[in-house]
Amino acid sequence: MTKPAPGTGSASNKAAAALSIEDRIGLYRTMTLIREFEEQVQRSYLEGLVHGTTHLCNGQEAVCAGVAKALREDDYVSYTYRGHGQCLARGMDLEAAFAELFGRETGVCGGIGGSMHLTDIDLGLIGAFGIVGAGLPVAVGAGLSAQLARRRQVSVCFFGDGAVNIGAFHEAMNMAQVWKLPVIFVCENNLYGEFSHILHTTPYEDLVIRASGYSMQSELVDGNDVLAVYDAAAPAVARARDGQGPTFIECKTYRHRGHSRTDPAKYRDSAEVEAWLKRDPISLYRADLRAAGLMSDVGAEDVAAEARSLVKAAADRAAAAPWPSQTQDFMATMFVQ
Amino acid sequence: MRTNEKIISAGVEPIERVTQEITYREAIVAALREEMRRDPKTLIMGEDIGESGGPFKTCHGLYEEFGAERVRDTPIAETGFVGAALGLALTGYRPIVEIMFADFLGVCFDQIANSIAKHRFMSGGRVKTPIVIRALGGAGLRFGAQHSQTAESWLLSVPGIKIICPSDPEQAYLMLKAAIRDDNPVLVLEHKALLSMKGPAPIGIDDVTMPSGPRVLRPGRHATIVASLAMVRKALAAAESLSAEGIEAEVIDIQVLRPLNVAPISDSVRRTNILVTVEEQAPTGGWSSDVVADVVSQAFDYLDAPPARITLPDHPLPYSPHLEDALIPSAERIAATVKSLL
Repeated sequence: MTKPAPGTGSASNKAAAALSIEDRIGLYRTMTLIREFEEQVQRSYLEGLVHGTTHLCNGQEAVCAGVAKALREDDYVSYTYRGHGQCLARGMDLEAAFAELFGRETGVCGGIGGSMHLTDIDLGLIGAFGIVGAGLPVAVGAGLSAQLARRRQVSVCFFGDGAVNIGAFHEAMNMAQVWKLPVIFVCENNLYGEFSHILHTTPYEDLVIRASGYSMQSELVDGNDVLAVYDAAAPAVARARDGQGPTFIECKTYRHRGHSRTDPAKYRDSAEVEAWLKRDPISLYRADLRAAGLMSDVGAEDVAAEARSLVKAAADRAAAAPWPSQTQDFMATMFVQ
Repeated sequence: MRTNEKIISAGVEPIERVTQEITYREAIVAALREEMRRDPKTLIMGEDIGESGGPFKTCHGLYEEFGAERVRDTPIAETGFVGAALGLALTGYRPIVEIMFADFLGVCFDQIANSIAKHRFMSGGRVKTPIVIRALGGAGLRFGAQHSQTAESWLLSVPGIKIICPSDPEQAYLMLKAAIRDDNPVLVLEHKALLSMKGPAPIGIDDVTMPSGPRVLRPGRHATIVASLAMVRKALAAAESLSAEGIEAEVIDIQVLRPLNVAPISDSVRRTNILVTVEEQAPTGGWSSDVVADVVSQAFDYLDAPPARITLPDHPLPYSPHLEDALIPSAERIAATVKSLL
């Protein structure tokens, strides 16, 4: 076996070239829906409808949309407290998602999970993990399950740059490679682990280097380019389905907002923020679609308007939903009786 | 070696049901083997449990019967394979993991306390997490401070996981079978010093249920002694010696630490009026604190003396046999404590 060089996988296959026009516009729709959802979460938070904290993924939409496009319905996806985007990209019901964030009975987890724990097993959304790195070993277990079941499923695990420094990352990467599991490790490197710049906590910025330590296939991609993300994900998923083992994909991206609701992100240089805002994944992709003659500015605005209207209607319905019962059987929620 | 297909077609291959004298270790192996034959979705993972059969031979013969996929050697990475158990459970499997020394539960504490114990709850009860975590703990083998803990108290304060601790071959067999069939996470705390203990076990029985609380092993009317794991035998020995002096102590095996059901102990104390607990753990934050608190709440008027707790000292266990033996509660100390309260 030749040892894969960092970030030199097979993205050159350009899987995106085979996407239909409908699929390409669909990616734009997904990213726009996620953006509008997060903007509504922000407004709803200020209205007092979202409680505690919430972690928005504005700016990182291309990663969840691009990877989700490469998956089948029966694949498994795990993610983090910054996981709204992954859930929507898999088709989570908007009203059930808002109702969960609002702590209502009709929430996707009955109002018990909250913003950090959106889960829907029917969509293969096996879990949102609130502890940094904790989802990686669980994703490995789902990958082992897929390998044992021999149904050519894959397990995709999303995590941030902060997670690469916790032990669970190492144990999960090693197990996935030694057992050749169908696991795709998607690292959303947004340059900040909570409030700390990556170079304060990690000896280098290109985390794709880590994969070579496990002899794991890897890709380094522009996480703000949805087609580049898809180009990396599609062959990785195909390899995993064929029993060729895991892939580590590092997606360079940036969160437009702070780590969480209470973080104004003043630790970031304004020039850096401006530069990344100019590389907004949705604007970049809109320009691509326009240049390819696939979507006009008016068409793009129509997509955004439709997303806004869907999101607003779902949030309004969720806000009108009842609180969960205080006398429900919590023991039955905790344990199968 | 048998293939998986053969196992599946064998299904619930009839196993001769007979009560026989077996060791605690054999009871564990028998329970694992029978439940893995019964359900092809079960599998076991751990360090050196495959061809080696486990450092304590608690998986002896399983690799030969079920193969490397279902009897899986893992890297030395408890966070990794315990976390993987959750991923397997969420996607339709019924994983069992072996923690070589219960002390290593500390390595994967986050996966157990924050992920496994909470995942179903956080989903609003919409996922199932059938996971068995077997951990071999306990003192008396001169293994020093990092390889001698029972870890009974570590997860006592974490809702979302059941905790059982068998004290003899029969319960090791029956409770492990019930744990594997349970749709919830179960931590099975086993004791290294009991592995060679012999006793009767109803091998081949199919009708098993998770016990709802403690069990009375020896009836008595003068005092109630509650113990766990290796301390149960010490308590029985103490009761035997007390009996020779005309003192009849009731001995109760706590056996289910979570959910803790103290009512049967309170019932016993209402008859005996004396309570002594024996725990192979430091005194702070263990199950006996809860037992005493609940008995005082439930049966205060029936107590003729303040309840007594016999525990390890509030420091780690030393290595030297001369020191370790002096610190582990003995039958003599239990008997003397009972007499001091009468």
